[in-house]
Amino acid sequence: MTLADAKYQYLLRMGDNALILGHRLSEWCGHGPILEQDIAMTNIALDQVGQARSLLQYAAQLEGKGRTEDDLAYKRDVMEYRNVLLVEQPNEDFAYTIVRQFLFDAFNFLLHKSFVNSKDEHLKAIAEKSLKEITYHLRYSSEWMIRLGDGTAESHQKIQTALDDLFIYTGELLTPDAVDQTIFEAGIGPDLTTLQPAYQAKIDEILQQATLQKPEVKYMQSGGKDGRMHTEYLGYILAELQFVQRAYPNMEW
Amino acid sequence: MSEKKNWPLWEIFIRSKNGLNHKHVGSLHAADAEMAIENARDVYTRRMEGVSIWVVESEHITASSPNQSESLFDPANDKVYRHPTFYNLPDEVKHM
Repeated sequence: MTLADAKYQYLLRMGDNALILGHRLSEWCGHGPILEQDIAMTNIALDQVGQARSLLQYAAQLEGKGRTEDDLAYKRDVMEYRNVLLVEQPNEDFAYTIVRQFLFDAFNFLLHKSFVNSKDEHLKAIAEKSLKEITYHLRYSSEWMIRLGDGTAESHQKIQTALDDLFIYTGELLTPDAVDQTIFEAGIGPDLTTLQPAYQAKIDEILQQATLQKPEVKYMQSGGKDGRMHTEYLGYILAELQFVQRAYPNMEW
Repeated sequence: MSEKKNWPLWEIFIRSKNGLNHKHVGSLHAADAEMAIENARDVYTRRMEGVSIWVVESEHITASSPNQSESLFDPANDKVYRHPTFYNLPDEVKHM
């Protein structure tokens, strides 16, 4: 794998993570449990779509085929998407949404922090800007983990169920493959294995405060970031996300 | 299921830049002070409106009664000398 290929793939992964999770959160718009949380979630959604834009713009530029960030977002099909499986999981209820966000934010925070030493100046600049937003996202989702876990019997049970269901999708976040390895060797990104202890420590810390049990998972689901497979949900997300461009190609407003 | 209660109401005060007062901007619901600050951040500072947030639970605010407004406010009506409008302000004094 050439470095240029690896960089393109790496940026797609980061950009797609932000885009798909941002889209998932935007589905809460107008449906939030209370007005204030409706606004909070759509704020985070906007942050993530903004990050997706910078990342996919850079990916398109690296690819050098004259595509734009919109082409990448609206004209790739399911199997060309490189987001992790975690972010495409459905909202279900507020508990699932918060657990998904927390498990992702804790990873995303560590990842972005590690780009301060990146040899890729453009990625470093994007990460520096995003890190401020992600720091807040992690604070927001951590607080809600604790509130719901250490809340009523019902909220505790709901968030524990969501955690039990979603935990199998955390494996691929920090399991490096050839792309991650190439990026690491080029000094652009971190060795993902070195982030694992900090990730587990953050999860343990919040789960402990939230009085939640960490699920014991023997088998982790994977395949999203390397494009081997996606869950059935991504197709439905793209059907909605890409509808206008599919129905009215190259339409602008 | 436990009885459903609404979260208490909080009054939100935002300082728009350093050196200025916190100003009341509105109110919102939150379970506690920490959440009130986060909600205020999302509801009232999305367009860079602030550098600092104060939150106060609405029930802790004591308000004057509209019935008393005559006795409270009208006597100030004819006392123009209480306004500091007879001084020339130096240019360096800002935010007055």
